[in-house]
Amino acid sequence: MPNLQIIPLDYYIIFCSALFAIGVVGVLVKRNALVIFMSIELMLNSANLLLAAFSAYRNDPAGQIFVFFIMVVAAAEVAIGLALLVMIYRSTHTIDINVLNKLKW
Amino acid sequence: MKAIIALSILAVLNMFFGVRKMKKVLLPLIFIGLIITMILNISDWGKSVHYFNEMFIADNFSIAFSSVLILIGILIFMFANIYYKGVERPLEDIYALILFAIIGGIVMASFGNLILFFVGLETLSISFYVLAGSKKFDIASNEAAMKYFLTGSFATGFLLFGIALVYGVSGSFNLEAINTYILGCNGNVPMIFIAGMLLIFIGMSFKIAAVPFHFWSPDVYTGSPTLITAFMTTAGKVASIAAFYRLITIAFISLHSELTTTLTVIAVLTIIVGNLSAVYQDNLKRMFAYSGVAQSGYLLMALIVLGPKSAGILLFFVLSYVIATITAFAVLMLIREERGTFFIPAFRGLAKNNPVEAFAMAIAMMSLAGIPPLAGFMAKYNLFVLTAEGGYTWLVVVAVIGSMISIYFYFKPILASYFSEGEPQHKIESSVNFKINILVLSILMILLGFLPQVIINLL
Repeated sequence: MPNLQIIPLDYYIIFCSALFAIGVVGVLVKRNALVIFMSIELMLNSANLLLAAFSAYRNDPAGQIFVFFIMVVAAAEVAIGLALLVMIYRSTHTIDINVLNKLKW
Repeated sequence: MKAIIALSILAVLNMFFGVRKMKKVLLPLIFIGLIITMILNISDWGKSVHYFNEMFIADNFSIAFSSVLILIGILIFMFANIYYKGVERPLEDIYALILFAIIGGIVMASFGNLILFFVGLETLSISFYVLAGSKKFDIASNEAAMKYFLTGSFATGFLLFGIALVYGVSGSFNLEAINTYILGCNGNVPMIFIAGMLLIFIGMSFKIAAVPFHFWSPDVYTGSPTLITAFMTTAGKVASIAAFYRLITIAFISLHSELTTTLTVIAVLTIIVGNLSAVYQDNLKRMFAYSGVAQSGYLLMALIVLGPKSAGILLFFVLSYVIATITAFAVLMLIREERGTFFIPAFRGLAKNNPVEAFAMAIAMMSLAGIPPLAGFMAKYNLFVLTAEGGYTWLVVVAVIGSMISIYFYFKPILASYFSEGEPQHKIESSVNFKINILVLSILMILLGFLPQVIINLL
């Protein structure tokens, strides 16, 4: 893929690390469950992009195959997460995760 | 591989019979299926077959740990009818999820490629998220599932980014190829590879609840349904430690001497924090969560000193932990059913009215605390000897102090059931079947204490 290699690999690594860091900060700072889901997706997708970039630079398809696996798993995870969110919303009528404090000691 | 295929067929059959509302068929079917799976699994012993271009490796290590996972399944289903007594629904969804989680665990014990490692981990974790929330209208269960989901997928993010970095530098997902790459570096491994490896370790530490990343486990284990808690503490820990051991001994073995410092710090923190936090718990389920954290610390010790015996000792430790924990949780389930609480006073006078249950609980707790001559003691003894021989005497000292602290909280329910003052609580009715089950498990714990070499020399 010659067109892709015009952009140096370092740029991809820096960009993906930045995306990953934004995702981590989002999970740690935000209190809305939906925004946390989005941040987790951002973390997973930064890994996807990194794998795709490495795979293109190495001319090795394994990385791109792994991306498909990650996408499938991420879809399953979001399905579960949204179902759990609906359950929480039914009993508390909010999606703020600060209501999840019944189990503290 | 045969075990995975058999378990998948079993889970689908189980859902089919569940949809047809044939509730009576389900548990016998699952028992027969699990026993067949166990036989199929053990039939590959000693052959070391490699499937799918080195993706799935069925060597003795993976077969042994898969057997432990299938054993966990059998023990959990043994007590399923006690926990779900009075539920009209066939419950095929919960049974199927438990079976799928075991499949994930088996994949985690036998991967030869990081892709399969990730798939196995997620099969296990996604089943766990749903199982934790399987008490749909209980807010505590909802909360446990949500917390588990958020922390679990957060950890998955770290793990994936780490795998991506390791792949980018080494150019392969294959564990052997990664090791070949490290050897080819001649000691100058790039920083980015180290970063990826550490991210993978952070993800794994989340999964086995090692200390800086253990904060989710008490809440999740307290809120989940008790049977599921017993399953998650045992199966999750066994599968994750097996995967961790595989990663370290195959892919990162050449970097092991640099890794020991990190692992030692994590192990020491895990043992100290887990045991000290467990001291303050009155809720037994929460106490088990913290003691599980401490046990993860002991398990990590087996990864620090890698000798020829360490896989066998890890297997024996895991087996004794599994049997003791499930026995204790079975008695706990019974008591919760009758007395409606997980707190220590519920055990008052148990020995007078329910001697069998009190005996099994006492044996299980003493095994977990490491009192000779039970299985837990032999497991800890062999582990500590291995660590001391590797030159980590101070680590052994810390671990022994941790065990001594743990005696205090493990003995709380024993003291309450045998020596408590005041009016004993009324008798709990339990079936003969249940009594036989927990007695057999107790005898197994005593027997394993006398014959540890049988298990340790397997690997």
